[in-house]
Amino acid sequence: MEIVLAVMIGVLYAAGIYMILRRSLVKLILGIIILGNGANLLIFLLGRITKGRPPIIPGDLKVFAEAYADPIPQALILTAIVISFGLQSFAIILIKRAYKVVKTDDLDEMNAIDQDS
Amino acid sequence: MTQQLVIYPLLLQLFLSIILMFSWSKISWQRVISIGGGFINIAISIWLFVYIWNEGIQTVQAGNWAAPFGITFVADSLSVTLVLLTAISGLAVSAFSASSIVVARLKFGYFPIFHFLLLGLNGAFLTGDIFNLYVWFEIIIISSFVLITLGGEKAQLEGAVKYFTMNILASMIFLTAIAVLYGLTGSLNMADLSLKVAAIENRGLVEITAILFLVAFGIKAAVFPLYFWLPASYHTPPSAVSAIFGGLLTKVGVYALIRIFTLIFVGDVFLQDTILVMAVLTLISGGLGALIQNNLRKVFSYLIICHIGYMIVGLGLYTEVAIAGTIFYLIHDIVVKTNLFMVGGLIYRITGTNNIRSLGGLYKEYPLISLLIAIPLFSLVGIPPLSGFWPKISLITAAFTAENWWVIGAILFASLLTMIIIAKVWANVVWKDKVELPKRLNFRYFDKMTNIRKTQLVAPIIFLSLISLYIGFGAEHVQQLSTRVANELIDNQQYIDAVFKTGQNIKP
Repeated sequence: MEIVLAVMIGVLYAAGIYMILRRSLVKLILGIIILGNGANLLIFLLGRITKGRPPIIPGDLKVFAEAYADPIPQALILTAIVISFGLQSFAIILIKRAYKVVKTDDLDEMNAIDQDS
Repeated sequence: MTQQLVIYPLLLQLFLSIILMFSWSKISWQRVISIGGGFINIAISIWLFVYIWNEGIQTVQAGNWAAPFGITFVADSLSVTLVLLTAISGLAVSAFSASSIVVARLKFGYFPIFHFLLLGLNGAFLTGDIFNLYVWFEIIIISSFVLITLGGEKAQLEGAVKYFTMNILASMIFLTAIAVLYGLTGSLNMADLSLKVAAIENRGLVEITAILFLVAFGIKAAVFPLYFWLPASYHTPPSAVSAIFGGLLTKVGVYALIRIFTLIFVGDVFLQDTILVMAVLTLISGGLGALIQNNLRKVFSYLIICHIGYMIVGLGLYTEVAIAGTIFYLIHDIVVKTNLFMVGGLIYRITGTNNIRSLGGLYKEYPLISLLIAIPLFSLVGIPPLSGFWPKISLITAAFTAENWWVIGAILFASLLTMIIIAKVWANVVWKDKVELPKRLNFRYFDKMTNIRKTQLVAPIIFLSLISLYIGFGAEHVQQLSTRVANELIDNQQYIDAVFKTGQNIKP
């Protein structure tokens, strides 16, 4: 299971960065989304995967008797998902506005600001 | 009352943003609330500063969860200094934006977002938890996205696309670094991480994590070779926005670098050499970049990059003297850079352009304003006894002790470049004969403004110039503060003890 996830995370990171390096604005956003998903899965994987052991102490015990699933990575991922959701919705609106104003989705043609003014 | 003092600056900013949102369309109220809130913020920050100065490092454990488990807020000397500077710059910029930003922009929630940005800045400075730091960074960048795009001009949107992409990328790298660090140590509390990272056997993996942090914060702090988004975007929004970005946003990256590399990843020769090389290249490339620009605000943008180098140099040398120089430079730079962009905005209001070639004759028309803008400009160069001079002594002394001649050369060369640039700006803007420009229609020139609006433009510049003068002439006090901060950073056991001490005292 770990190895599958590790390979998948690698693929997601590679795909995300490749997409960010493309010239199209839409691919840029897709790249950011894919990269974000890769990062979330990475947190999930590095929190160690423990199957079927919820972090709940049985009623007759004071402490955990055996290994349990770490709840923190899931809290982190939840936070990260919410944040990246907000950022991505902003990004989509931004590229829509940018497309309407600049009338191109080619990043290389967005060079008005580099000219002397 | 004082137990929760550490989080008061946060609560105040949150409260202000909420109040401001409720008076969404009442711009005149918003101006008053924002400026009034700025004064209260300074009062609270001074209170916090004095308290920490007398009592030492203070912590607040969120929800009373003891140290490594809950989220900790830590106020050490560095944090409170930066919170105080944020309050000072924040007040200056809110007064400046009340007058310089057009009403159409203010109507789309400029002030609430501005205070959310300050909330994020304060949070980032005060938190002692690395994931919490990530969350504050996100609050900062989402507010800055709104501020940078507000108005929706073509240049702004183009700049925003670049700014946005690089900042999101930095956040993703930061998140990746946190994930790896959590996998290695199982902890998120920075004091706890400091202890656990030191005990890890697998140094290779630690080094890779450190490099990930370096890249993530390097993008935010705009160090070589990760700074290219900055000159592409910082000159596009209104000057008030550039002022807060140039003064504080890149400094959060520097703060995070200082925090991470003095607390968690300490004593790695390879890392320090990497930081030094980056710093030297930042100094030189930023200075050379500024030399060839003709837009006033682009010149200032490149100067931000150049002067980030000074702060990173001190971090790379990593001695107490060097860190003291870094902290002094940080204090000086926040005030001066905020002021510079406001000066740029004032010149734009007077003449209607920011192109150096079309500017001129400022001294003949406004001699007093010309004298006023001389203070931030020459403080930036560091002509003694103005404020930029003193930290360079510490940095050069530290580099001399380390026998690192390259670093000394780069520091002096960047100083020289800065001086040439400022001389060029001064000669062109102030002394050159006036260039007749066609009057722009629908543009509110400075001389057409009411007196209140004029005061709101000039008073913040006077305020920050006075603080710059204080940093220069009262350098002894600032040096004392910087030395104390440096001592706390080098001897990081003080920080760790402070975080864990309160954890033991609190009974569940």
